Amino acid sequence: MTTLPATTAKKLGLVIDLDICVGCQACATSCKEWNTQGVSAPLTDDKPRSDEPMGVWLNRIHGYEVEEAGRDDSRVVHFPRSCLHCETPACVTVCPTGASYKRAEDGIVLVDPDMCIGCKLCSWACPYGAREYDHTEGVMKKCTLCVDRIYNENFEPEDRVPACVKACPTGARSFGDLGDENSAVSQLVKEREGYDLMPDMGYKPTNKYLAPRKRRDTAIADREVLPRGDGSAMDRLFSWADKLMSGERVTAKINPVDASDRLEG
Amino acid sequence: MNPAYSVILFTTASGAGYGLLFLLGLVAARHGEASSMSFALVSSGIALGLITIGLLSSTLHLGHPERAWRAFSQWRSSWLSREGVVAVATYPVALSFFAVWSGLIDAPQWIAPLGLLTAVMCTVTVICTAMIYACLKTIPRWNTKFTLPIYLAFALATGACLLLLLALIFGRFQIFQVIVAVVGLILVAGLKFFYWRHIDTAKPKFTMADATGLGEKVKQWEVPHTAQNFIQKEMGFVVARRHALKLRRAVFICLGLAVLAAVFSIVINPWVAMLAAPLALVAAVFERWLFFAEAQHVVGLYYGAPAV
Repeated sequence: MTTLPATTAKKLGLVIDLDICVGCQACATSCKEWNTQGVSAPLTDDKPRSDEPMGVWLNRIHGYEVEEAGRDDSRVVHFPRSCLHCETPACVTVCPTGASYKRAEDGIVLVDPDMCIGCKLCSWACPYGAREYDHTEGVMKKCTLCVDRIYNENFEPEDRVPACVKACPTGARSFGDLGDENSAVSQLVKEREGYDLMPDMGYKPTNKYLAPRKRRDTAIADREVLPRGDGSAMDRLFSWADKLMSGERVTAKINPVDASDRLEG
Repeated sequence: MNPAYSVILFTTASGAGYGLLFLLGLVAARHGEASSMSFALVSSGIALGLITIGLLSSTLHLGHPERAWRAFSQWRSSWLSREGVVAVATYPVALSFFAVWSGLIDAPQWIAPLGLLTAVMCTVTVICTAMIYACLKTIPRWNTKFTLPIYLAFALATGACLLLLLALIFGRFQIFQVIVAVVGLILVAGLKFFYWRHIDTAKPKFTMADATGLGEKVKQWEVPHTAQNFIQKEMGFVVARRHALKLRRAVFICLGLAVLAAVFSIVINPWVAMLAAPLALVAAVFERWLFFAEAQHVVGLYYGAPAV
């Protein structure tokens, strides 16, 4: 059924910390490796050794450059993007066959590969680019939140998490019930003011993102005046050297901020 | 959005077919039995043929055409499913209409009700087709109040031009057919004019800042993969603006010439009106291609588009 459950008992999802993600792609490769043998199997590749390889991946890691107010140096943010397991996802309601569905028990959004007709409409309806069409299989593929891991009793309890979470070397990905306000993930979201992607779209994503923390070195970059000298002999020597080097024969300052800061410690 | 030829063929061919069938139903409801068996057979045949070609083309391009029957199940939530249900339900209604209208079954009292019902089914099917696109919030250029009237107007205009052509061939040329065609064509041209003005001037609804939550000064630094993926190929298709403008002009020129052909059929020679149908269909194909090619999907925000 593509009509959505009114409520779900749990809201399983991910919390992604953009402050500590280093863009290593371990989550993406681990996802591909697990899911090409799990319930989504196979995640096919098309001409993988050609100049134009194409394949189904359920997790993509973007890199963005962000300028900050008052600074001339920007920072890079690594940004993993996968299905957000929305509470009211349009990808499910547009599905003509019932292949796409949202589970009432845990809120996971899944595709039944035996019912999917491959019309691709769900991929058009998703604003987050979470669904990728498998040309070889003729069906749509998406993140399953590793349903075949998280309930797998053959695994040790600590391994019952999605493959991407298990693989992340920096702990940038957390998994849990975002419907339970006492869960570790909910506490994390509360503490760090986790946010939704494109909230105005109205699909109420379950997954939350944690913004990069403010940089600690702001004070140094904002400093315009050098520390005042103390009038010692060493200080006068440097003032003299500074004047000498600032003379007409010196044509370029290579990096004035760096040099002065290092000098004063 | 990638302008898939199967979808362009489907929406233009079946649109024209539903438009023609709609008019046949209304004409029959007004005038009763068809003037000849051959006119009824050829006109209904062309209408249902175009509809069928369109439906087959879109079905055969599914990943799993053999599972297409499953698409009839989710009419509660899905416009695509509703379209499938109504499109298939139109066949028995249209065939019964044909049987009484052509005189194959002698039941003249049923011509008007079945003609009207056929017209209603055609309208509802085109509404469902349009709503598949119009309901997608992810594509702001489709999610407008223009999409539905444009689909309906194109079905009416192309259907009316086909009716004009058939009427000429069967010696049933009448002024009202010209009037319907001209009204339909002008309606299309007007709607497209305002639609294009709307998408050229509308403020973007979403920005990269909304998509990433990283503030206003965010830009793409590194893409996640070295070659294009499905998302970029399907959703990232962008037509160069200068090409789009040329094609927009081509749509207006075709529509204008079709109007002239229809009008000149009254003042010069009825046979000039033969040109209206091919011109209107060419305009429909160009317009439908642009409808896809000019549509920007919000997922582009993750791939470097500053705003959509």
